Amino acid sequence: MSAPAVPLLERPRVQRVVYPLLVAIVVLGAWQGLVTGLDLPPYLVPSPILMVRTLVTDFPALGRSLLVTIEITVLAFLVATVLGVLISFLFVQSRALETALFPYAVLLQVTPIVAVAPLIIIWVRNPTASMVICAALVALFPIISNTTLGLRSVDPDLQSYFTMNGATRMQSLWRLRVPSALPYFFGGLRISSGLALIGAVVAEFVAGTGGTGAGLAYQILQAGFQLNIPRMFAALLLISLTGVALFAGMAWASRRALGAWHASEVST
Amino acid sequence: MIPKERVDLSATAEAAVEVLSAEKTYPNGTQALQPVDLRVAEGEFVTLLGPSGCGKSTLLKMIAGLLAPTDGRVLLWRKPVAQLKDGGRRLAFVFQAPTLMPWAGVTTNVRLPLDLAHVPRDEAQGRVGEALRLVGLGRFAHALPRALSGGMQMRVSIARALVTHPNLLLMDEPFGALDEITRHKLDLELLGLWRSQRLTIVFVTHSIHEAVFLSQRVVMMAARPGRVVEEVRIDEPYPRGPDFMVSPEFSRYAKRLQDSLLRASREAPEDEADA
Repeated sequence: MSAPAVPLLERPRVQRVVYPLLVAIVVLGAWQGLVTGLDLPPYLVPSPILMVRTLVTDFPALGRSLLVTIEITVLAFLVATVLGVLISFLFVQSRALETALFPYAVLLQVTPIVAVAPLIIIWVRNPTASMVICAALVALFPIISNTTLGLRSVDPDLQSYFTMNGATRMQSLWRLRVPSALPYFFGGLRISSGLALIGAVVAEFVAGTGGTGAGLAYQILQAGFQLNIPRMFAALLLISLTGVALFAGMAWASRRALGAWHASEVST
Repeated sequence: MIPKERVDLSATAEAAVEVLSAEKTYPNGTQALQPVDLRVAEGEFVTLLGPSGCGKSTLLKMIAGLLAPTDGRVLLWRKPVAQLKDGGRRLAFVFQAPTLMPWAGVTTNVRLPLDLAHVPRDEAQGRVGEALRLVGLGRFAHALPRALSGGMQMRVSIARALVTHPNLLLMDEPFGALDEITRHKLDLELLGLWRSQRLTIVFVTHSIHEAVFLSQRVVMMAARPGRVVEEVRIDEPYPRGPDFMVSPEFSRYAKRLQDSLLRASREAPEDEADA
């Protein structure tokens, strides 16, 4: 066996996994110890082991709900991305349009979705569609603001070069503005992916849809009514893991797209 | 011994650039450039030399058509810049920074002006290869800009200028950010390109030595307000090599420009405080 040049624990890639894992082990260990040591009842604080056991035994129901929540989140995220990019393109085509409409984008952002959700749920009959709209509204703004900023963040000399060489508006857009905007766009995606999940959970809470269309938020509500706290924690764990997976997915996509050239993704 | 030629700068050669009392005043009233008259003959190498704020970049950008003069006119081969293409002539501009697209490889960057002009891919590819060979980067066709040194990025920028087969090359302090050794190397190569490609070059710099080394004529400028102070002919034969830089003639020219620069800044003493 040939010894590696760098010891395993000194490699940044390994550290990125091992260090957070150590924190998790310490925290979970302390949690488990406290619960057993103080003999806390599971309807107040379930131990991590009980939580995982509940997750396994209740997985048929929880798994179905997980799929529902993921479906709403992903659909909302896609809608927000497409819509956000289109709106940004409109904004950079005309300053007047941006000046006229940007305050409303802000308005949309600052209005709490919990306050708007009941209206949307009344107006839109299809429960899935109404929840997707809610979540998309939450996730929209970072994509608009980041992509607009990116499309405008063009090296002025490079822009002069394009102008001097008789580039058309379209050529400038596709060859210069879009690539320049990519780092900002991916920054927006990272924020929005998390917001889409939050939006989906909030929408589920408000809609309170049960039955086969029940998402994880509904499971949390139900478990709360029944004081089934371990199940509540299990559902919570699934939501958090979904969020982490989304974030990791976006980070991966960003690295794929920018890794070769952009300072934010180039490993030194 | 290589026979050294004297370059004939007879005023009868066709004018490539004519600046006719062009001036630039910004809307806030700042006069960036007082009326300037300048004539650059076809095939000539002219340097605009001066401290920052003297309007040398402004003048160059007016020649390139990137800035419109507030008053006066700029003609290239007796036509306004916008009609240059009709005469079958082209200009290329090299910025102070390499100004490359960081997401695109060297080839794509050099091919950009051809792509924008819809030159067929096969033909464009051949010309890119040729331009990269001219600047000695044939082996780096697939590298990304960030993988190259500052000097190499500047070579890419020059290749991108040469790929259009320009008649007029405008350079805005292109080697200002490079170290002394790299800068001198690129100066030498630029002289080679000027001769082999039969270019007309207008070169902006704040380095007296670079101006004397490169050009046939130095246009001395001063700041506040930006203006032309003097034109100095560098009547020395090409090719110029490192020997020229240590010759008494070189020092004499450098001294003369230095004196002229000092005199010009003394004429506006009230501006020295914030200079």
